[in-house]
Amino acid sequence: MSTPAAPLLEVRDLATQFTTRDGLVRAVDGVSFTLERGEILGLVGESGSGKSVTGFSILGLIDPPGRVVSGSVRFDGQELVGRPEHELRTLRGRRIAMIFQDPMMTLNPVLSVETQMVETVLAHDRVTRAAARARAAEALARVGIASPEERLRQYPHQFSGGMRQRVAIAIALLHRPELIIADEPTTALDVTVQGQILAQMQALVRETGSALVWITHDLAVVAGLAQRVAVMYAGRIVEQGPVGAVLDAPWHPYTRGLLDSVPANNPRGVPLRQIAGMTPSPGQMPAGCAFRPRCPRSDARCAEVPPIVTGPGRSALCHHPLEAA
Amino acid sequence: MSAKSATLAPESRFARFAAEYAHSKLAVAALVALALIVLLALFAPWIAPQNPYDLASLDLLDARLPPGSHAPNGMTYWLGTDGQGRDMLSAILYGLRVSLYVGLASGAIALTIGSLVGVLAAFVGGRFEQFVMRVVDVQLGFPAILVALILLAVLGKGVDKIIIALVTVQWAYYARTARSAALVERNKEYIEAARGLGLSRARIVLRHLLPNALPPLIVVGTVQVAHAIALEATLSFLGLGLPTTEPSLGLLIANGYEYLMSGKYWISVYPGIALLATILSINLVGDQLRDVLNPRLAR
Repeated sequence: MSTPAAPLLEVRDLATQFTTRDGLVRAVDGVSFTLERGEILGLVGESGSGKSVTGFSILGLIDPPGRVVSGSVRFDGQELVGRPEHELRTLRGRRIAMIFQDPMMTLNPVLSVETQMVETVLAHDRVTRAAARARAAEALARVGIASPEERLRQYPHQFSGGMRQRVAIAIALLHRPELIIADEPTTALDVTVQGQILAQMQALVRETGSALVWITHDLAVVAGLAQRVAVMYAGRIVEQGPVGAVLDAPWHPYTRGLLDSVPANNPRGVPLRQIAGMTPSPGQMPAGCAFRPRCPRSDARCAEVPPIVTGPGRSALCHHPLEAA
Repeated sequence: MSAKSATLAPESRFARFAAEYAHSKLAVAALVALALIVLLALFAPWIAPQNPYDLASLDLLDARLPPGSHAPNGMTYWLGTDGQGRDMLSAILYGLRVSLYVGLASGAIALTIGSLVGVLAAFVGGRFEQFVMRVVDVQLGFPAILVALILLAVLGKGVDKIIIALVTVQWAYYARTARSAALVERNKEYIEAARGLGLSRARIVLRHLLPNALPPLIVVGTVQVAHAIALEATLSFLGLGLPTTEPSLGLLIANGYEYLMSGKYWISVYPGIALLATILSINLVGDQLRDVLNPRLAR
């Protein structure tokens, strides 16, 4: 255990690249952020911006041909990058848990919920099967699943989508982890179910004191759930800060563009505003600021690596920030 | 039977599977026939009127009697007798036993070896995978009967020898199927999720991946067991494989072959029908299993 002053999670200059047929692709390119205990961070970005890869990199779940090439991930003062697999395994599921996007896919179809939950308990704690089972039932009840004893005996296909995601969340919460990384866990669900799960998740992390990294492309979710937000574009965090400040007055033109693309922020009957152009393909990243070709404020200076603009608790990577000092 | 109805009305996986299987009447009939054949083979010592292995109970004077003849002791040879005066019905029941035992034993061993090698290849990857899969390619490039003939010529006769030969020619099918199934399953999210939970590698492979890779292996398994029985019959017919004291169906057919032209058809034909019924029912069951277990076909 380290001093209580150290943040729970400290990611510095994390870079992950994949070897593909077209050469090296930097999916994550110098990501830095910190997370305090009990804090909820929304990690926002488009498909392919590297937000999921960032989550996997923290847990050391990057498989060849991908690898973390540089940077550091300190969890509770301990460095995770370069740690041997068996040491990471004692952290995974116990102190850091992960929740995945598709609840249809993350539960093993041929094993009962009980088997999957009990084995998760037994993977890290030396308790009897009966005790593990009791804990599983309790965890199911905690995520709002009625008659957990009965549900334990069932198989994933007997659960609805929302219920399955609740089971996945219950599994993640079994060891009351200090950090939960949730990779778009509500994207595949109905809006009403999504709302319920978000509210429940918020209550649960408050109760267990877990910190949460919520990876999503949905700014509305972040606005309602997170305390801090980090916006990713092309493998970099282009802007981060407190949710209120960033969403009310973004500094980076990309964040502005994202906010403008939210249908609710557009007048009725007028074609939706959208960000011009496409996300650059990973093999052909523009030099300097990667957002340059799509940015309304770009000029010749943007071909150089953008500077970090900082303010109270927030920062942005831009030559021409909006409203910044 | 849509997949959705299962979530509305919870029923066990097996019940759903059984209902889907029962869609084909032919497949149900094949399953019943197969069950009957297995039961007959299993209880042969109690059902058979005579012990065909007990040479003392055979009477050469009863040789080549047509179906329906009576023995001096009053017993009826329902399917006639063979060249040694054996009751054909008893010989077929005992022959079924040998054929099924050889087929199932070699199938089970080949399935175990093949699927372990295949799953290992998929997980280890790299040079090991390359090497294993090239061996599989070479193995599958030779005709099975040729490899088995050479092996038996070297090893000699015996039930264990023929099982070794059948495993040698069949493990590659399982290895190839297991590898491709494992490659598909390996990239599914539940495997990633299991890793995210901190489960050990061995546990993930054996408990999570293998059961999910099993359906295609079961399908290949049923077809391969039928192949094994047919191959064993072929080898026995050619005089390699099983010793004459423990006749399998193939050997019985071979024994009657020389009498076919003289009108004593029963010595070859009845074991032939038994062999045909066995292989056909296994294949029909296997086909239906493939259709039911194949997620790409409409359910």
